[in-house]
Amino acid sequence: MIGGFNEEQIRRYSRHIILPEVGGKGQKKLLTSKVLCIGAGGLGSPIIQYLAAAGVGTIGIIDDDTVDLSNLQRQVIHGGNVGKPKAESAKQFVNNLNPDIEVRTYIERLNACNVINIFNEYDIIVDGSDNFATRYLVNDACVITNKPLSHGSIYRFEGQVTTIIPHKGPCYRCLFEHAPPPGMVPSCQEAGVLGVLPGIIGVIQATEVVKYLLGIGELLVGRLVYYDALNMTFEEIKMRWNKNCPICGEQPKITSIQEDIYGDSCRIW
Amino acid sequence: MTIELDLCGEVCPYTFVKTKLKLEEVECGEELIVTFDHAPAVENVPRSLKNEGHKIMGIEQKGEHLWKVRIRKA
Ligand SMILES: [Zn+2]
Repeated sequence: MIGGFNEEQIRRYSRHIILPEVGGKGQKKLLTSKVLCIGAGGLGSPIIQYLAAAGVGTIGIIDDDTVDLSNLQRQVIHGGNVGKPKAESAKQFVNNLNPDIEVRTYIERLNACNVINIFNEYDIIVDGSDNFATRYLVNDACVITNKPLSHGSIYRFEGQVTTIIPHKGPCYRCLFEHAPPPGMVPSCQEAGVLGVLPGIIGVIQATEVVKYLLGIGELLVGRLVYYDALNMTFEEIKMRWNKNCPICGEQPKITSIQEDIYGDSCRIW
Repeated sequence: MTIELDLCGEVCPYTFVKTKLKLEEVECGEELIVTFDHAPAVENVPRSLKNEGHKIMGIEQKGEHLWKVRIRKA
């Protein structure tokens, strides 16, 4: 044991400890951090992989879905687990990669009733969800609970990613006030998605989480990175705080999480 | 007060990793003496420590394959 690290940890985290920006101090911060990952799908896979490898001590994983063969084209942590709950499969992956990590699984859907209690347990939230209802629920709950949020989303060959620090920068609703009406935008299921796409976006999200936890670098606050895989371009879109934002504006219309806004029932699973 | 760390049997990069971890427990201005028997560490570790701002107060050869490096924490 040196500085609180055992022999195995010294070897496992040596490439982090060597970095002046991380050191043993930073590695300890990671080991005592708690991150919640919404979804263990395409984005969740690389997010969970890299956060676990980096030694983020507690990882919460919420997903009510089970692994389907069609997921394995992009959801790279679920090999051999078709039919299993994704949260359980993800936990198995993490346990194999890094036994230091405590994984908390939630085999349920994030909804207006459970969101606040779950978010309160974590330091930062990573959104790897695949639908607008959850995305807005996550954004609003992060503003209300004052939790930082790494947002990512993917569509066909395109992805976007940003970091939201409530009341220090704009939120998702500052840019996109409301979700498009249901049926307007096809889901990933109907639209298709290039398998490697969530890898790129999810790894950027994981990078932001690690930077936030270490307190290093410049976060994607007020900046949305838009990635186009076909043209291989990364564009940066400036996001401004909207004083009329319904959740983080001067006179917010949304002051609590009400289920009717998110179209999700609070039934018990 | 001087603190000692025996890293005989350890190789690079863990010689540096362990020295760095030990230094994090030492107060600024205090000294740490590290013993190495891995020749490359005698060059590598002081160089990496200097990059992080620490001072090398001296390197003493104690035997054919034995060195003591005295470090002052920045
Ligand atoms: Zn806002």
